[in-house]
Amino acid sequence: MIRLSDLRLDDARALLEHDPSSELPAADASPVVYMQSILDGLCELSLRDPLTGLSNRRHFNHLLNREIEAVARSGESVLLLMLDIDHFKKVNDTYGHHAGDLVLQAVSKCLETCVRPMDTVSRFGGEEFAAILPNCPSSFGLVVAERIREAVSGLAITVSPTETIRVTISIGGAYAPEWVRSTQELWTERADEQLYRAKSAGRNCVFIEEQRGVAVSADEKGMLFGHHLFGDPASGGVDDDVSNSAVAGSEMNRAN
Amino acid sequence: MSDVLNPPQDEAVEPTLALKSRSKVIAVTSGKGGVGKTFVSANLAAALAKRGLRVLVLDADLGLANLDVVLNLYPKITLHDVFTGKSKLEDAIYKAPGGFSVLLAGSGMVEYSRLAPEVRDDFLRIMESLVPNYDIVLLDTGAGISDVVLFAVSMASEVLLVATPEPTALTDAYATIKVLGAQQKRQRIRVVINQVARTGDGNAITTQLQQVLDRFVNKDSEHPLKLIHMGDIPADPAVRQAIMKRQLLGQSDPGCPAALAMTQLASKVESAVIKHGA
Ligand SMILES: Nc1ncnc2c1ncn2[C@@H]1O[C@H](COP(=O)(O)OP(=O)(O)O)[C@@H](O)[C@H]1O
Ligand SMILES: [Mg+2]
Repeated sequence: MIRLSDLRLDDARALLEHDPSSELPAADASPVVYMQSILDGLCELSLRDPLTGLSNRRHFNHLLNREIEAVARSGESVLLLMLDIDHFKKVNDTYGHHAGDLVLQAVSKCLETCVRPMDTVSRFGGEEFAAILPNCPSSFGLVVAERIREAVSGLAITVSPTETIRVTISIGGAYAPEWVRSTQELWTERADEQLYRAKSAGRNCVFIEEQRGVAVSADEKGMLFGHHLFGDPASGGVDDDVSNSAVAGSEMNRAN
Repeated sequence: MSDVLNPPQDEAVEPTLALKSRSKVIAVTSGKGGVGKTFVSANLAAALAKRGLRVLVLDADLGLANLDVVLNLYPKITLHDVFTGKSKLEDAIYKAPGGFSVLLAGSGMVEYSRLAPEVRDDFLRIMESLVPNYDIVLLDTGAGISDVVLFAVSMASEVLLVATPEPTALTDAYATIKVLGAQQKRQRIRVVINQVARTGDGNAITTQLQQVLDRFVNKDSEHPLKLIHMGDIPADPAVRQAIMKRQLLGQSDPGCPAALAMTQLASKVESAVIKHGA
């Protein structure tokens, strides 16, 4: 049996006391309740980014692994977005680091309001963020990402009584391959690649990799049914069907 | 980079049986439901049994296969009772009218339609102890793509995909083939086309499926998927009549075209799976 008085909990308690969102147990709480709330508080702290309150990279890694597992088991459509504030270094250089922090906080808040409660936005490091969107059909991905991009570009961030600044964000996204157990590295690499394309295309834009799901494309269907195997030959114009093709990868992405 | 078509080598794959016993296991699957998986499983098993093979059919659709209805067999003890520890495995295996063995899932198994890791482990253990007693084990799986189907297929060395010439069935079959190739790195899928209007239609359909695969899936894959046409089964009113009587074709109308096709299929399956190994 462990007695509370034998444990050195002062450092932990002090950490939690300094964190405005952590709740400390009442002084007269039972040892179990006290211990539990210290542990819960520390877990919370270890998963959050202190500056923005978003989940941190550790939490992100944990959640991404969970999604990879879910996709392999259920074939669910899950989108990973990588987001990076454009020309952030300039903000720091021109207005100072405090202004930079205010921008990070404002953008973080904005990102969180643009997604559903089931989605997770994380601060990946520096001015880079990542968002995991479970159960996100391929037709929604671009809409959500565009909404985020527009919302960020519309922010007026007050960094001093006299100065308001505006920033933009570049976004790259990739879906998990349905039913396939991917890896963190492969998946984030694909999303990063799209982010790189967005940066190269002039920033403040969205690129999402075409979902390589199991859906049978119109091209495939056209070829599958192209040879008049099935009933009325008059209805099966081979070449006409093929031209009616699925949206090509490049058309899925929209830069502006 | 393409992790759909070329999954990384270190990718964690689904658990599989030790290769020795796995080689006798055939998963009977389909893209769409109602195309004749259960009909094929039961009647193929009977035709294989007639060739002197020891055959087991397992309801891997966790109670939804309707094998019990097709075989007119309503056992007291099922896989569910084995899972819950109520009964011994041996007691859940019944002799079906066609001279083969069956293990039915029992209605309680539907609870397991999302596969928890413990259920997988139990399932694998049961398979490990069952399979050595038979020459061929047929898994009658659910339709389409779900974790239960993928798990059942992962326990089999051979996949027998049942499709019909209907466009929706064919599209779903094609999608299933793609997933099995990507998720399990399958390189060989055997195809049976059921309910064809004319003999020869099935072969043309399998060829067509292969051409689409070659063009859209195989072209940049390190392990191209190959379809092997195993036979056609004609649309035959005798099938419905047999099912209405809850009998196998061999009992109700052994000379009907579908029964003859089933006999041919059995001989192809035997030589493919048993003689040449997998
Ligand atoms: N070759 C056939 N000719 C005529 N009817 C068939 C044939 N194969 C299947 N059927 C019909 O299709 C129904 C569904 O078959 P079933 O084996 O239960 O499908 P599944 O197991 O794929 O859901 C059967 O009850 C039968 O009436
Ligand atoms: Mg069935």
